[in-house]
Amino acid sequence: MSDQFLFATEVFINGLMAGVLYALVALGFVLIYKASGIFNYAQGVMALFAAMTLVGIMEGQVPFSHIINAIFGTEVHHFGWHVPALLAILLTVGVMVVFAWLVQRVVMRHLVGQEPIILFMATIGLAYFLEGFSDLMWGSEIKTLDIGLPQGGSFLIEDMTAGLGSDNFYGFFIDNLDIVATGIAVLLVMALVAFSQYTKQGRAMRAVADDHQAALSVGISLNFIWVMVWSVAGFVALVAGIVWGTKSGVQFSLSLIALKALPVLMLGGFTSIPGAIVGGLIIGVGEKLFEFAIGPMVGGATENWFAYVLALLFLVFRPQGLFGDKIIERV
Amino acid sequence: MLDAANTTDVQAETLLEVNNIEVIYNHVILVLKGVSLNVPKGGITALLGGNGAGKTTTLKAVSNLLRSERGEVTKGSIKYRGSHVHEADPADLVRKGVIQVMEGRHCFEHLTVEENLMTGAYTRGDGKAKVQQDLEMVYNYFPRLKERRRSQAGYTSGGEQQMVAMGRALMSRPETILLDEPSMGLAPQLVEEIFGIVKDLNEKEGVSFLLAEQNTNVALRFAHYGYILESGRVVMDGPAAELRENPDVKEFYLGMSDDGRKSFRDVRSYRRRKRWLS
Repeated sequence: MSDQFLFATEVFINGLMAGVLYALVALGFVLIYKASGIFNYAQGVMALFAAMTLVGIMEGQVPFSHIINAIFGTEVHHFGWHVPALLAILLTVGVMVVFAWLVQRVVMRHLVGQEPIILFMATIGLAYFLEGFSDLMWGSEIKTLDIGLPQGGSFLIEDMTAGLGSDNFYGFFIDNLDIVATGIAVLLVMALVAFSQYTKQGRAMRAVADDHQAALSVGISLNFIWVMVWSVAGFVALVAGIVWGTKSGVQFSLSLIALKALPVLMLGGFTSIPGAIVGGLIIGVGEKLFEFAIGPMVGGATENWFAYVLALLFLVFRPQGLFGDKIIERV
Repeated sequence: MLDAANTTDVQAETLLEVNNIEVIYNHVILVLKGVSLNVPKGGITALLGGNGAGKTTTLKAVSNLLRSERGEVTKGSIKYRGSHVHEADPADLVRKGVIQVMEGRHCFEHLTVEENLMTGAYTRGDGKAKVQQDLEMVYNYFPRLKERRRSQAGYTSGGEQQMVAMGRALMSRPETILLDEPSMGLAPQLVEEIFGIVKDLNEKEGVSFLLAEQNTNVALRFAHYGYILESGRVVMDGPAAELRENPDVKEFYLGMSDDGRKSFRDVRSYRRRKRWLS
């Protein structure tokens, strides 16, 4: 096999892995959009908040320590204990559920029946609030997140593939974290699909997505379903936060991954869980291969805009995305 | 039909008691100006009237679906089995046995027919076996739904969607169904079929109905008792058989008069005519 082909294959595989990470973020959007028709601008910040909470709990940080110290003149920063990763994750899930309940109780409940644009604006406000709130709660310094996920290149894959090409080829470089992330994403999607297809609450969730009024009329509590959906979205945000936080540190820029999810959603459709996955993969592979093949000709950095241009094309020719719900119209 | 009317004369227990309610939308639009009605156990009660008379609003006031449309009951009381349900959640009402089948079907389009039916059992906690049993019961009444159980509800015909909506309501094991405009957009033959099933459900399963309907003719043939609404007020009520023989109802709602069928031009509203006469 020629080296060029092998390099392209390596780029392709890495693109798939990157795509999985995009898909993880996009999933959270899809869940909330499907069930309530709200485009949740705060999804990225939720991932940041979840990751910061996880780090904070693991390291035994005192929440709001800056405020407490400023008011009482104390110097508390840490409880002095470390919480094991698994327990910390469970506690963070709890925090995200409380957060979901508060969002519903304080914000969304008062906006039932309003225009989508108003709900969207509300989530923008929510995003900025949450951004400041997480800094206030856990401090704004960059933190490292290590819950024991493997990192660095996989030597196994490198050794196995090294013999394929000429002497110049050293084997595929694939990050262990990406492999684990793929596994996590697959599990997460399977769990989500199973939940929404085969459980009573999942069915109710889809019913609410189709028709609020009718769902209300058969006795489904919209409040409960929406708290549930925001909780699940919070959980997905936590998973995305863990993977991205492990990769690039827990810091403000984590919330910007939401921007990468936008083209993914336009490709896959805002209402489809499989769409989010496939959209993520197409964008991941597309931008890596494009950078590999065309990048050198135009001076590189195509990864910054490729996804958006692709999304734009989709908006023109297939606005509901690849897998978006078709609007059913009987004639 | 006369004997059907007679059976309700035997004082049946009153399930639903609506007492002089007033409904205002958006804080300004007065839609109901004092509507009172009773739904007896085991009866089919029809709520008749033209467009905008307030039939749907009355039903939604009972099932408490008004709030999500910015409507509000500002006066009067609504009691179910003697207890006030004015502030109750729609979900509480479904648990109490009152469920609404909304106008225009409102199926969950992207769910299959069977999934639609299963959502009706959402509030139930009496085990899967019982729910499965009721699913079979629903398929018994609507055999056509069994054939189409796996298709997306959005792709079924209007008649089938009406059946889905009714079957979905049945899955909650209701005592009273508030049925809004079941004949809307359906062929006359299908309307007969749907009303036949309503009658069956009423007689065999003991479900009471409060039925809003524009098709006065069909409704009065199947109902036991009728209320006629005009511009947010009850203008007339009585046993269905009597209403059908009433000359005013005949003229204004059934389009008949002593000198045979009238042309549409001459059919005016009942109240307007009354005002002229009094």
